Amino acid sequence: MTATVGQQAQAAARASDVWKVYGSGEAQVIALRGVSAEFERGRFTAIMGPSGSGKSTLMHCLAGLDSVTRGTVMIGDTTVTGLGDAGLTKLRRDKVGFIFQQFNLLPTLTAQENILLPLSIAGRKPDPAWYDTVIDTVGLRERLGHRPAQLSGGQQQRVACARALVARPEVIFADEPTGNLDSRSGAEVLNFLRNSVREHGQTIVMVTHDPTAAAYADRVVFLADGQIVSELIEPTADTVLDTMKKLDAPAEVGN
Amino acid sequence: MFRATLKSLLARKLRLLLSGLAVVLGVMFVSGAFVLTDTLGRSFDAVFSDAFSEVDVNVAAKPKVALSEVEGEQVATPVPASVVDRVKAVPGVTDVQGVVNADGARLIGSNGKVVTSFGPPQLGENWLGESDLLKLREGRAPQADDEIVVNVALADAAKVKVGDRVGVLTLAPKKEFTLVGVFGYSGGRDSVGGVNEVAFTTPVAQQLMLGKPDVFSNVTAQAADGTTPEALRDDVARALGTDYEVKTGKQLADDASASLKEGLSFFNKILLGFAAVALLVGTFLILNTFSIIVAQRTRELALMRAIGASGRQIIGSVVLEAVAVGLIASVLGLAAGIGVGALLAYLFGKLAGGLTLAGLGVPPAAIIGAFAVGTVITVVAALLPALRASRIPPIAAMQDVATPDRPLTKVTVGGSVVTAIGAGLLFLGLGGHAGDNTLATILGGVLFAFIGVALLTPLISRPVVALLGSIFAWSVPGKLGRLNSGRNPRRTAITAAALMVGIALVTGVTVILDSAKGSISALAEDTIKAELVISGAQTGPRPASFDPAVLEKAAAIPGVRLVDGEYGDMATMNGERTWVAVSSDVAALERIFGAKANAGDISRLNPDQMLVSSDTAESRKLSVGSTVTVQLSRGEAHTYTVSGIYESSQLTNPVVLPPQAAADFAIPQPIQGFVQLAPGTSVAAVQPQIERLLADSPEVSVADRAAFIKQQTSQLDTPLRMIQILLALAIVIAVLGIINTLALSVLERTRELGLLRAIGLRRAQTMRMITVEAVVISIFGALLGVVVGTGLGAAVVRALKDEGITDLVLPWSQMVTFLVLAAIIGVVAAVLPAIRAARINVLGAIAHD
Ligand SMILES: Nc1ncnc2c1ncn2[C@@H]1O[C@H](COP(=O)(O)OP(=O)(O)O)[C@@H](O)[C@H]1O
Ligand SMILES: [Mg+2]
Repeated sequence: MTATVGQQAQAAARASDVWKVYGSGEAQVIALRGVSAEFERGRFTAIMGPSGSGKSTLMHCLAGLDSVTRGTVMIGDTTVTGLGDAGLTKLRRDKVGFIFQQFNLLPTLTAQENILLPLSIAGRKPDPAWYDTVIDTVGLRERLGHRPAQLSGGQQQRVACARALVARPEVIFADEPTGNLDSRSGAEVLNFLRNSVREHGQTIVMVTHDPTAAAYADRVVFLADGQIVSELIEPTADTVLDTMKKLDAPAEVGN
Repeated sequence: MFRATLKSLLARKLRLLLSGLAVVLGVMFVSGAFVLTDTLGRSFDAVFSDAFSEVDVNVAAKPKVALSEVEGEQVATPVPASVVDRVKAVPGVTDVQGVVNADGARLIGSNGKVVTSFGPPQLGENWLGESDLLKLREGRAPQADDEIVVNVALADAAKVKVGDRVGVLTLAPKKEFTLVGVFGYSGGRDSVGGVNEVAFTTPVAQQLMLGKPDVFSNVTAQAADGTTPEALRDDVARALGTDYEVKTGKQLADDASASLKEGLSFFNKILLGFAAVALLVGTFLILNTFSIIVAQRTRELALMRAIGASGRQIIGSVVLEAVAVGLIASVLGLAAGIGVGALLAYLFGKLAGGLTLAGLGVPPAAIIGAFAVGTVITVVAALLPALRASRIPPIAAMQDVATPDRPLTKVTVGGSVVTAIGAGLLFLGLGGHAGDNTLATILGGVLFAFIGVALLTPLISRPVVALLGSIFAWSVPGKLGRLNSGRNPRRTAITAAALMVGIALVTGVTVILDSAKGSISALAEDTIKAELVISGAQTGPRPASFDPAVLEKAAAIPGVRLVDGEYGDMATMNGERTWVAVSSDVAALERIFGAKANAGDISRLNPDQMLVSSDTAESRKLSVGSTVTVQLSRGEAHTYTVSGIYESSQLTNPVVLPPQAAADFAIPQPIQGFVQLAPGTSVAAVQPQIERLLADSPEVSVADRAAFIKQQTSQLDTPLRMIQILLALAIVIAVLGIINTLALSVLERTRELGLLRAIGLRRAQTMRMITVEAVVISIFGALLGVVVGTGLGAAVVRALKDEGITDLVLPWSQMVTFLVLAAIIGVVAAVLPAIRAARINVLGAIAHD
């Protein structure tokens, strides 16, 4: 649809007029109300908004983890909407990586085995050079034989990041990846995510409600009440906080 | 992927082992059964090939009535002494011997009681001298007619020594002999295969064991050098004509071994039956464990899905886990089965009086059976949970919600259908509409009924568990425990269903046997009009019997009105086998057993007349005046005319022959005696007099009617006990299931338990909460079992109405026992999980994952 030629302009993920309704009747909740957004390749985008604004829902819909009620979602040139289980499985294998807020790793596997799990599930071998690069960037070489229980929260999240990166997916979705971490470990993880975008051209979409975390992104999309209400390019913690404050004051929504 | 599966398996090894234990036990039965039959089979082979090693050719007459090992003891037709000379005339023979060898020589020990063998025969023989195999250990050979020698094992069991006067019961009543020697076998053996042997001089052996002079049981011959046993066999057979069966020693050994193995295969089937029960219960257990594991790993599995695993890979990983558990359980079960097989073979050898066991054998069937059964059952049981696992959406990785409680409609509908199929099969099988497949149909019906009810249990569990739980709801921990047990109806249901199977089977069997006992004793009490009964317990293949002279002497006691001695034999009637009886006084039929004449006269019998029951008359198409040819165990065939037909009942025999016939019975002595007293005569006055008459018939005793009925019906107690013991195993497996479920629930609720502890639930209260949950589950299972078992038992009893089981006897006290037992089981099963729950670290639990 976009006429612009060039890699940067091609969207890695795209939502067009996405609606998501949970439940029916009295218990009906409209989590997304016609969201349209593009997430460019090689960019680090943050989705921000108050709690319950639909951030996670949007991410789940974009990633094909949840179905949309109306509208379409695309990842690269694949239309996610309407894919069956086999198609979605293939999509997750080949094009998407995940980092969750918690419970990211299988407790019975070592860090290394966790990192390589997506590849071994897909029956693929890692590219050794890229694997080394990833391990060195996350700085976990000494910890590869450890199990999740033997790692700190920050280290666990870095293992999760490495796992997402090692398969070189089209796009990585991260839902509050630093939500459970102290600020120092959080900063480490965020730096690492930003570097993988800057140095290796990875595309990352991150959900957060923390302005400091959002400031690491190239672009911030603001969500309120299931709608995209604002956007910032090259954000800083201050500009993000300002925008959030405006959103909190209902009168100024829609500016 | 493979790696991930194995790792997760290792992390849960204890849990899986616990559920695998059920499979281990089932596999143990399967392989144990094969190991046992193989080992015993080869032991029999060795015993017989040894016993017949000194015989090249054997000549015997065709038996009058051919019976298999299971049907009863076959009596050999005597061979006339002249055959010995005819065999001697065949070129190429040496060492021809006429052999007397028949079961039923019962030695009276120094304690005045008959030595029993519990299985192997008690042979009476003619002394043929020592051989390479058989040697006198002490004393000398019997020379006079009142001298005998016995084998060492028998002398030891009877506690008699050379020089003692000993009594022996044979076809004739008790006779006294001097023990002049004891003999043993090569290799220091005191007996061959536990057989007891009494050797007389040849004429005495002929008279006492075969009933007439100048006959032998068989004739043996050796082949001269240069003649093979096979060639000699053919020559002898040609010389004797078709009246005789001529076989080589090897053929004899094979035949003898084969007929014992037939008995063994029956044993094998019983063990396999219990294996099936253990595996059925085990299937529930595995299903439950895997369901819980899948539920617990929801997030883990969802995470795998989120990072690209396909549904099929998830199924694969769960199935792989099942295969691994199945394989390990099979290996352990096989090892345990070999042990159990060896132990049972050892016990069997001991009981059979020192059967020398061949080396322990593990036949391929044991190994194949173990792995096939163990692995297949585990995988089948894990299939459903695997399927469920594959349906976990990837988004579940990010949600904290537990798997929602799915509606029970599908299981309930499925359960109703399966139960209905089971009921239908039972109806067909029990109603006699299934023809040759009756047993298979009934078993199928029971299996379907169990599975159907198991599927219905989640639905039933809600109200029943709520009701049961309300008993405990007076305390907070009790209330929490009750709520917990109702929390996951499926899990509670499957755990309870596993317990149900064992208890239902025990209850069902008890209902059937108690009803049979009740019906028979009610009938006996109503009809038998004899104040005193002479009888003895049967310990081997041969029933106890007594001196017929006792009957006449008892009849002469003042105050005795009627005495009847009952004889029995397997005979052929117009070529078909049937049980025939003789009443020493035919009048007893009406006057003691209350038989009613349907046709003809049943109060008397001429030597050429017979009476038949109405059932026999119907099935053999006989009426008064029909003529029938009867061949008894001994003697020639005789033609009788039916002179009367009596109404069949549980207590009547199919055919009654005149007293003269008893002389040709395998046991020409009465097996039971019934004594009717004149009104006003005191039982206590007559009983000691009859006791005195029985002094030389130590196998039997005299008892009043009530004691007799009790003794007769108590014969059903032994199979009942055995079945109860073996089914107890199914219950033990179910207990493992309860422990397993509780342990997993505790693990699953670690956080919640921590919270409860944090807000002040004491350790003891925590333990009580878990115990209540366990007790509720186990009582629920027992209740289901008692109800289902009673239903099944009652159905069978109804179906057997025509067989004379008319009264339905419900074992109320047993049922209460089961429920109490279930409560205890619950408490015991809760011990470990409760301790575990009580030990939960409050802080750690709240920080759990
Ligand atoms: N599975 C669900 N069922 C019903 N309502 C849901 C579900 N998931 C989310 N919601 C609702 O949708 C809205 C958006 O939720 P979510 O996307 O989780 O918000 P955020 O991540 O921004 O906090 C909330 O009102 C939430 O209650
Ligand atoms: Mg969220």
